[in-house]
This record gives sequence, structure tokens and C-alpha cells, in this order.
Amino acid sequence: MTVTAPPSLPARSAALPRLLAGLGYQEVLSLTEHERRYGLLWLRGPSGRRRPERLIDIVEAAGLTGRGGAGFPTGRKMRSVAGRGETVVVANGAEGEPASAKDRLLLARLPHLVLDGITLAADAVGATEAYLCVHRQEHDLIDGLAAAVAERRAAGLDPVPIQITGIPGRYVSSEQSSIVQYLNGGPAKPTFSPPRPHESGVRGRPTLVNNVETLAHVALIARHGDRWFRGAGLSSAPGSMLVTVGGAVRWPGVYEIELGTGAGEVIMLAGGPAEDLQALLIGGYFGAWLPVEVAWPLPMTQAGMRAVGGALGAGIVVALPGSSCGLAETARVIRYLADQSAGQCGPCLMGLPALAGAVADLAFQGGRGRTVNAVTALIPLIEGRGACRHPDGATQLARSAMRTFIGDARWHDHRGPCDGVRRAPLVPVPGDEEGDWDWI
Amino acid sequence: MSHQLRVNPIACSGHGVCAELLPEIIELDPWGYPILRSATVPPALVPHAQRAAATCPTLALILQRAQSRRP
Repeated sequence: MTVTAPPSLPARSAALPRLLAGLGYQEVLSLTEHERRYGLLWLRGPSGRRRPERLIDIVEAAGLTGRGGAGFPTGRKMRSVAGRGETVVVANGAEGEPASAKDRLLLARLPHLVLDGITLAADAVGATEAYLCVHRQEHDLIDGLAAAVAERRAAGLDPVPIQITGIPGRYVSSEQSSIVQYLNGGPAKPTFSPPRPHESGVRGRPTLVNNVETLAHVALIARHGDRWFRGAGLSSAPGSMLVTVGGAVRWPGVYEIELGTGAGEVIMLAGGPAEDLQALLIGGYFGAWLPVEVAWPLPMTQAGMRAVGGALGAGIVVALPGSSCGLAETARVIRYLADQSAGQCGPCLMGLPALAGAVADLAFQGGRGRTVNAVTALIPLIEGRGACRHPDGATQLARSAMRTFIGDARWHDHRGPCDGVRRAPLVPVPGDEEGDWDWI
Repeated sequence: MSHQLRVNPIACSGHGVCAELLPEIIELDPWGYPILRSATVPPALVPHAQRAAATCPTLALILQRAQSRRP
């Protein structure tokens, strides 16, 4: 007897899985298994001749972009650091977004893919130091990574030793300038730029900071080439990406998709809606709320999401059911973002709590006919005025909430909170007790 | 050659001196931090902008000559 999937589920892409091909049953892929699954890693070409910068050409031709949220072309970033003396590579595995789980999945289950990518990047840009940064409170993850690094040391794999570094768990501490300042012995807070890390980073050296998923893609591009990479996704946005799907879907989790896959298809991959949906949060805390009928056909690409005032971010998709209140969800996230401010820049230090208060007022008090205006007046006073993009993430989310839930907002404004505010929170927001509140 | 103004928001602690000296370009937000109406400084205001940048107690106001195009 055969069991077939429900007809509503989309056919799996023939090009996938790529990154997740070696995912086993709840265990770490050992170095031996990793090499069997993905193939051996060659830092020297078969002829024995070394031209490490060649990898940068291939990554550039592949069209790989950063998978940490900003979507900057990876090849160009590598080129800005390469050939400038002794450089530094930093792999950013400190997944700040509570709604994202993909970096942790890679690091916990497929660490050698990321470690291969670090070694390749270090080789290509002439690095003499390499760091893999994760949140320091994740002791099990750090232990697992240390074991993987030891396995590779025994096999003589990494010419530049990879240092596993625990960094503070604050939301803005995983911003690239925060990591650089922390590695330089300072607090894990964003810095004023220029200089940017590629100009002057760790110990003043040109520093390449890449997300761990980006580096895992580099590990596969080095093995299979740029044409293979372009065999998935769109010509304007090639390759695959990891997405974390949550909220009201039947099978929440991390999925690998081709870039350009429709947002609705992503929901169907995750088993489809668990109840009637009203909106999708795409891009996580740095993304935007979109009405479900607008979001459903949209391609999962940076350009596709920017066109509707959103962002692809780190590939987060949260499905909001009709019975939830989008304003209440937004209020909780913005309160969290306000609490996570480094408190360095006035507009963020003063503006985010004010915005959080105004959105909370609208969501949970309302009924006075002026709370909508209070929110919309604050947004332009905060946007673009911090040293990092932290305040802009909060304003983009607030702006999208005021667009997508404007009907609800007017209702709240005149009559008070809707029934949805009593539903349990759907978008994950860590409580204070889980926090690592120190900066150094 | 045009002049550009920037605020280092980390250094700025909202003294508000800049808005006093250069009200044509700088206003203060509800919390006392400067908002630049435009980053480009018209030639006539350059001396005032220089004075505002030099007087800022935390040196958070930065006046730069815009980079000219490479030959």
C-alpha cells in the first residue's frame, strides 16, 4: 500500500534539498558522514595549484547574497576584504531573531557545512584569524561546535584555526559592528560607522562578517560551482534559502526553499494553515505584516518583499490567524525591541519606548479616538536616526501593522480592544527571565 | 564643493546647542535630539554650520566636505 501526501501540498523542488541534504534523525552529522554526504573539501585545486581568490569569482558568479537579513552580495563583500594583508573572518551564528531557528539548526546538526564555509572564506580573503560567534548562554551548542572543531583539527582540515566565541545574548549584540566591538574587548553594542568592519574590524584589520547560512552555501558552491547554484531559484535571485515558518501552520519548522518560491507555497510546505489566516509576518522583527491575500503569491526574494514595503530578512514567516489581534502581536514585539535597545542613541532610547507605549495603548486600551495618530506621528521621528538599523526595524514593523491592520486599528481606536487581544501570543517574544542582559 | 552634515547619534546627548546655532537646518525632536532637515549645507550657511559643529559639547555634529568625484 502506498501513502500519498494530501493533494494540496506542493511538489518538492527537484533541486532541493541542498543545505539540508545531510539532515539525519536528531543527530549531529559527523565529519565522516558529512564528507560522505556532501563530498570532500578541496582547498587546493586538483592540479595542486593554489589561487584562493578564485573562489570569490565563483561566489560572485553564483549570485549568492547574505542570508542573515541584509541580503548584500557575498562575493562583493569578500572582495572588499581580500588582498588587504592579514584579514579576519567572523561567522555570525548568534541568531538574534526569536522567531528564527535556521542558523541554530545548521550549527547544531550540520556544523561541518558551516565550518567548511569559514575555512573557505578564510582561505579566499587571506585571513589569519577565524571566529564563529554564537550566543554564550547556549552551552550545548558551544560544546557541540567545539567537538566538531576538534574532529577537524585531528583531520588537519582547517589551516586557520576556528575559534568558537560566545557573545552576549542581547538582540542588537548580533549586529556585525557589535560583534566586532565585542571581539575587540568592548561591549557588544553597535558602533557608529564608518569605519565599517570590512575597512577596520577586529584589531583594526579588514574583517569579513558573514551569516552562518551564507557560509554554508559557500561550502556547497565551492564543491559544485556557480552554475549548479543557479540551478535553483530565479536568475535575479538564485539559489536556495532556509526559512523558519511559525504561527498558525500545521507543521512549524525550518524548511529549505528555492528563492522566488511564493509565500503561500511556503505556508503549504509547512502543512498549510492550521486555521483561517488574516496576515503573514514575513522577515521577522525586521520585516513586515502583509494581508494574507497580498502575501500569498509574493515571491520570497529581497526585491519581491521590498516592493510591498517589507523585507525578506532572515527568512521568517509567521502565519497570523483571523482570531488573533495583529496589533496586540505588534505591541508585544515592539515592547521587546524597545527593551533590547542598546540605549546609545537618543531617538532609539527615547523613541522606541514611546512607540511601544503608543502601540500598546492602541492594542490594549484604545477607545479614545486618538491612539492611531499617536502611533503614526512617532514613526518618522525614530526612523533612520540610530547608529544601527535597530530602530528602523521597529518602525517598519509598526508602519506595516498600521497599513495591514488599519481597519482593526480604527475599531480599537473608537471602541477599545477586540476579542483577539485575549488570544495567547503567537509571535515568539522572549521573557525577561530568558535574557542574558549583560553587554560585556 | 558642497558641505554635508551628519550626527553621530551615539555621541549625541541632546544638548541642543546645534539647533540654536543652525535653526535653518536643525530642529529638535520631542526628546531634544537633533533632526537634520537636509544633510547638504547651502554655501551661505557653512560658517554657521562650522560654528555649530565646533560648539557641540560632545562633538557629535560632523561637518564634512562632500567627496568630489574621482578624476
